[in-house]
Amino acid sequence: MGLELYLDLLSQPCRAVYVFAKKNGISFQLNTVDLLKGQHVSEQFLQLNCQRKVPVLKDGNFVLTESSAILMYLSSKYQVADHWYPADLQARARVHEYLGWHTDNVRGIFGVPLWTKVLGPLIGTQIPEEKVERNRKNMFESLQRLEEKFFGNGTFLTGHQPVALGCNLFEGRPQLTAWRVRVEEFLGADLCQQALGRILSIREQAAKNALPVPYPEVQSRMMLRIARIP
Amino acid sequence: MVLELYLDLLSQPCRAIYIFAKKNGIPFQMQTVDLRKGEHLSDAFAQVNPMMKVPAMKDNDFTLGESVAILLYLTHKYKVPDHWYPQDLQARARVDEYLAWQHTALRRSCLRALWHKVMFPVFLGERVPPETLAATLAELDVNLRVLEDKFLQDKAFLVGPHISLADLVAITELMHPIGGGCPVFEGHPKLAAWYHRVEAAVGKELFREANEVILKAKDSPPANPIIKQKLMSRVLTMIQ
Repeated sequence: MGLELYLDLLSQPCRAVYVFAKKNGISFQLNTVDLLKGQHVSEQFLQLNCQRKVPVLKDGNFVLTESSAILMYLSSKYQVADHWYPADLQARARVHEYLGWHTDNVRGIFGVPLWTKVLGPLIGTQIPEEKVERNRKNMFESLQRLEEKFFGNGTFLTGHQPVALGCNLFEGRPQLTAWRVRVEEFLGADLCQQALGRILSIREQAAKNALPVPYPEVQSRMMLRIARIP
Repeated sequence: MVLELYLDLLSQPCRAIYIFAKKNGIPFQMQTVDLRKGEHLSDAFAQVNPMMKVPAMKDNDFTLGESVAILLYLTHKYKVPDHWYPQDLQARARVDEYLAWQHTALRRSCLRALWHKVMFPVFLGERVPPETLAATLAELDVNLRVLEDKFLQDKAFLVGPHISLADLVAITELMHPIGGGCPVFEGHPKLAAWYHRVEAAVGKELFREANEVILKAKDSPPANPIIKQKLMSRVLTMIQ
């Protein structure tokens, strides 16, 4: 059996893996794991990943979790163009440095608006305004840092989540805006649409009550995640 | 100019880098950045790492932050033995997988365990409600279970028969709650056995040297009020 990727494009790291594989012409079978329908807590998925998280890669018998590990595995195995993960010692160090910083300053933070604006309300939970405000402040601080220190390095489309939810992150940030345009042009409009379709339409779907209401086991996991919002 | 490593051995990732460099005979100049005195907030240190965090590295004009980035840089530059970060694609992926997982999982719970149990009350003079500490220790236990069941399983080391970066990062994380007096190995005999194997592979003397500071964390003198004020919001962000 060929390469399989278990993804839900609602998830930021899944989008990164999807875009990377598609852009580099890596053939894979897409196995969608619908998080809102609780497919990640099924017995079947548990066999694959006891952590019940996406993305997951399955290459023959080899199962791998964690998006950055998956991206590096794919880079090495499929010998993609050097710029994705440069062989040069210092350039590669900058990629690792960004990925480390990203985990603390982008991953958790930029995912929060999806919870405050869509997923929390979906299960009847309001996140306190104080936390929403703190998150907004954290996002802007991170963007500041991104511009000052990391500008020119990012290749992952993580910024779209809050934008889709009405947070105008790129306003007044011409460098970031220009970078975003370059990334989107490089990847191509089709691929961007494929990768971002789900997250860009989520608010509209929520407004139309078109999102499945997660069942209790999923809701309790969602509550745990919500509790971690600082 | 010799490689400079800006470290405070109070910090988990700093210990990993210290042990790695020493074990592999990588010559470096140790630049201690005393976190409890707020030295990481100085203008001088900001020149090395504008994020004002340790560990940081300076190799001639090249400065670098983030512990995994530094470990991998040293791995590649100094051509250390393969077992630390194997060439084999799948073995290497396992190290990458562990390093990614631990960042928001084990590292976070180990940090919170130390701060809630020891550093808040002793160093910052702040009371921690018992239910907060209990929740933190419960979460630590969950992560220890994942470490055992998903990563270690029945292997000698986390990714195979030999010590790797994954084990080094994991053990230095665990020294945080151990330094805080938490019974980390209670109910985790496999982890206890693994701990001893890692200590032996690193070398008892180097292991002891690297952990001297964390094992005395509970004897931290209280922070002076000015330092406390400077550190408080950063500490709260760090452990959230």
